[in-house]
Amino acid sequence: MNKTVNQKAWFFVIPVFVLVAFNAIIPLMTVVNYAFQETFGNNVFMWEGTRWFKQIMLSERFHASLGRQFLFTFIILFIQIPLGIAIALTMPKEGIGVPVCLVLMSMPLLIPWNVVGAMWNIFALPDIGFLGHSLNALGFDYNFTQQIGDAWFTTILMDVWHWTSLVVLLSYAGLRSIQPAYYQAAEIDGASRWAIFTKIELPKMKKVLTIAILLRFMDSFMIYTEPFVLTGGGPGNATAFLSIDLVKMALGQFDLGPAAAMSLIYFFIVLLVCWVFYTLMMRNEEKS
Amino acid sequence: MAKVTLKGLSHSYLKTQSSDADWAIRGVDIDWNDGGAYALLGPSGCGKTTLLNIISGLITPTKGDILFDDKVISGLSPVERNIAQIFQFPVIYDTMTVYDNLAFPLRNRKVPEEEIKVKVHEIAEMLELSSTLNNRASGLTADGKQKISLGRGLVRSDVNAIMFDEPLTVIDPHLKWILRSKLKELHQKINRTMIYVTHDQTEALTFADQVVVMHEGQIVQTGTPVDLFEKPKHTFVGYFIGSPGMNVLPCQIKGNDVIFNGKKIETHQQIKKSNFNKTEVGVRPEFISFSNEGIPVKVLSVSNTGRHKIVDTESETGKIKIIAKSNEDIPSGSAFLKFKKEYTYTYGDSWIIE
Amino acid sequence: MSLELKNVEKKIGLDTHIYSTNLKLEKNTINILLGPTLSGKTTLMQIMAGLDKPTSGEIWFNNENVTGMKVQKRNVSMVYQQFINYPNFTVYDNIASPLKITGVSSDETKQRVGKVAELLKLSGMLNKKPNELSGGQQQRTALARALVKDSDLILLDEPLANLDFKLREELREELPKLFENRDCIVVYATTEPSEALLLGGNTATLQEGKIIQYGKTLDTYNKPNSLVSAQVFSDPPMNIAKIKKSGDQCSFLQNDIQWKTKLNIKDGEYKVGIRPHNITTYKEGTNTLEIKGKVLISEISGSESLIHFTNGNLNWVSLSNGVFQKNVGDEMNLYMNTDEFVYFDQNERLVSNG
Repeated sequence: MNKTVNQKAWFFVIPVFVLVAFNAIIPLMTVVNYAFQETFGNNVFMWEGTRWFKQIMLSERFHASLGRQFLFTFIILFIQIPLGIAIALTMPKEGIGVPVCLVLMSMPLLIPWNVVGAMWNIFALPDIGFLGHSLNALGFDYNFTQQIGDAWFTTILMDVWHWTSLVVLLSYAGLRSIQPAYYQAAEIDGASRWAIFTKIELPKMKKVLTIAILLRFMDSFMIYTEPFVLTGGGPGNATAFLSIDLVKMALGQFDLGPAAAMSLIYFFIVLLVCWVFYTLMMRNEEKS
Repeated sequence: MAKVTLKGLSHSYLKTQSSDADWAIRGVDIDWNDGGAYALLGPSGCGKTTLLNIISGLITPTKGDILFDDKVISGLSPVERNIAQIFQFPVIYDTMTVYDNLAFPLRNRKVPEEEIKVKVHEIAEMLELSSTLNNRASGLTADGKQKISLGRGLVRSDVNAIMFDEPLTVIDPHLKWILRSKLKELHQKINRTMIYVTHDQTEALTFADQVVVMHEGQIVQTGTPVDLFEKPKHTFVGYFIGSPGMNVLPCQIKGNDVIFNGKKIETHQQIKKSNFNKTEVGVRPEFISFSNEGIPVKVLSVSNTGRHKIVDTESETGKIKIIAKSNEDIPSGSAFLKFKKEYTYTYGDSWIIE
Repeated sequence: MSLELKNVEKKIGLDTHIYSTNLKLEKNTINILLGPTLSGKTTLMQIMAGLDKPTSGEIWFNNENVTGMKVQKRNVSMVYQQFINYPNFTVYDNIASPLKITGVSSDETKQRVGKVAELLKLSGMLNKKPNELSGGQQQRTALARALVKDSDLILLDEPLANLDFKLREELREELPKLFENRDCIVVYATTEPSEALLLGGNTATLQEGKIIQYGKTLDTYNKPNSLVSAQVFSDPPMNIAKIKKSGDQCSFLQNDIQWKTKLNIKDGEYKVGIRPHNITTYKEGTNTLEIKGKVLISEISGSESLIHFTNGNLNWVSLSNGVFQKNVGDEMNLYMNTDEFVYFDQNERLVSNG
């Protein structure tokens, strides 16, 4: 029998190609294009080679925002992952509590990002916001628009509020997939609650936790909308994380070349960290 | 080590019970001696796993008491009961080495590290795990993992009983044989009370000295493998044990005679009672032979299993299976069957008439 | 109708999952793929079904090359170890599902579903959902779905593995009858030698991605072409010992037991395979050999006794009919039926049956 050659499939693939091209490839190539050239508008371009990259890499402004970015991401991971696991562990395993908890947990995830920023902005206003007012009434000198520490505190609190649920939901799914026999065997072996957690629950949750950490790393590393609405990067540049700084540079100052170079560097940092983290986690997996 | 006694145990997963069917197990009484090898045998849903979990303390029974060495322990937790349990799927601690897995129950009980070392090596030797002690437990094959689960039960010298919940389910047939005889060998070496739950008659009969057959939440017969095979007290035991199971066919009782297929037949018992709703005659395929006269049948089919032949025949009263030697000539078409009198029983309302 | 694999090979990365395989399956046959876990049974079935493509080689169906043809275009049914049914459909809709896809009229669907349901004893539960059924009934539903459409090829991947012993026995007996008078090729994967023997048909023994032997089930069992095939097709595992032949005298290397052989082969060292049921506590057959044994364990399964014993530095397993209770360490005499010995050369190929 001759094999029938059927080209129909291409018709189904074309829309995806077009979408991906418009979504990813064309914008990315535009950025690459800008990163190596200087433009004064009117489609006039001059070749600049790696000048913008050197400039960005050596710029103190970039170092500062990158540092802030890493600090922020590190802090929120440090809080959200353990907190998420802890909440997942205390969630009910059966009965009406399960759907109730799951719905409550998903609520923050469903709120649009700029709304989250706006909500927290109002919530934290020192004079009329519930949080700001209460803190001041309790005797704390709290003003997130003026004081760096307060701005960071509020941004982190907002992010923890917004995103811990994601870690909770993933951990909960991981926990539920553990067979009851494991708990029974541990109980019979006389294992303490802590031993059950470290020897059974954590190892069994490893895969979902890897995904949770990756997702939270990428999202928080690229955070823009919420702090932009909440603090606008201020006071000063205190909460100007990478993406906020990038937008300031690109749209505020119209330094398209350096901004494009910075975007690419930014992109590679995210890629590199994710890759390193993933390989480390998976290498352990193979060993076992 | 301990003697295990169950007194009037009943358990229901429902809050209120209206009929017998609402009980997972009902009225279970068992006396198990210290150091014996016992099996709970029955189909899925017969209550055997419920019973096992009650003994290990994972379930609190609705009614009745559990005694270890004549002391009531019904309220104690699994740890306080000092039992070990091996589950259907191997439970191992993935991140630990084989050594650490075996040492885990001892470390939890704060046994000195020196003593642990001696004990773990001794058990590893017994289970042929010595060469893998430093490997990650998660890298082992299914039977290796199951040996670790077993080892964690054996390292503790103070366990009252070791319970097995269908431990060979995920093991390949060849390794099943090896692991099963390993279990039996271990039992003889260490002499601990072992309780083995399974739906597989071969596993139950070969492992245990005493087998408890369960059916719909009740014990139908307790006995040695030979008792259960040669003299089933209930037609369910006859059907469930033996492969193929016992031939159970309707019969009539007239006076002291058993009438089967229109003729009087000889059975093991003397019949004195006859007020039953249903009377049946039971005989195992192993105890039927072809003969020149007797019960007329039609031979339907023959299947050769290498070791023996299973012959399907049909009589006027119903189908009858026969096990014949693999080199035996099987008549085709019409034939006559003869039941061995000593192993032919009469059942009234499913229970043996005595 | 026939299904033919020509030089089919499957590699994933650097691992070879199926080594070059040639196999021709004929119409109206049950073909058993017998081998341990990971021997390649499932991969082979997926290639046959068209769920997976071979790395090289061709699959021919009815003298038509169907390599790479999608499973949807082939007329294939498959039943898995897990009970796979549509959870939200009733049993009726589950069984009818393959017919709905092909657009069979509702009258005909009704009639065909009714017929298959009756065959599989599901008639009373057509309006139930799968989760209201027992495991056995769920698998019957899956089987009915596979049978309702007139498939050319029905693939069963360890369909009884998740069922209770007795349910397995019941379905195993019904299966060959279900496939009788059907124009199709049945392929059945199992890890259990006894299952292959009970199903009959043809058997292919598999080990590590290779088909070792293919032929009529009983022939494959009685005349294994190699030691590997004999080991795969032996339950309980076969006893293997090294022997020396000079003239018409054979003797074990590890003891001085001697016997005469009619084998016309040159002198030298060989291996002999003895199935456990050919070592018994009583004499069976005309040529028996006495062997002294020290009992390791004895297991009784009602009608049969398994005695594990040592002789020389070898461990042996014997299987006798009847009950023989022995204690550990007992010395006893056993008898081997030399007519049933299977001889293998140094390369572990079959020499000849004694």
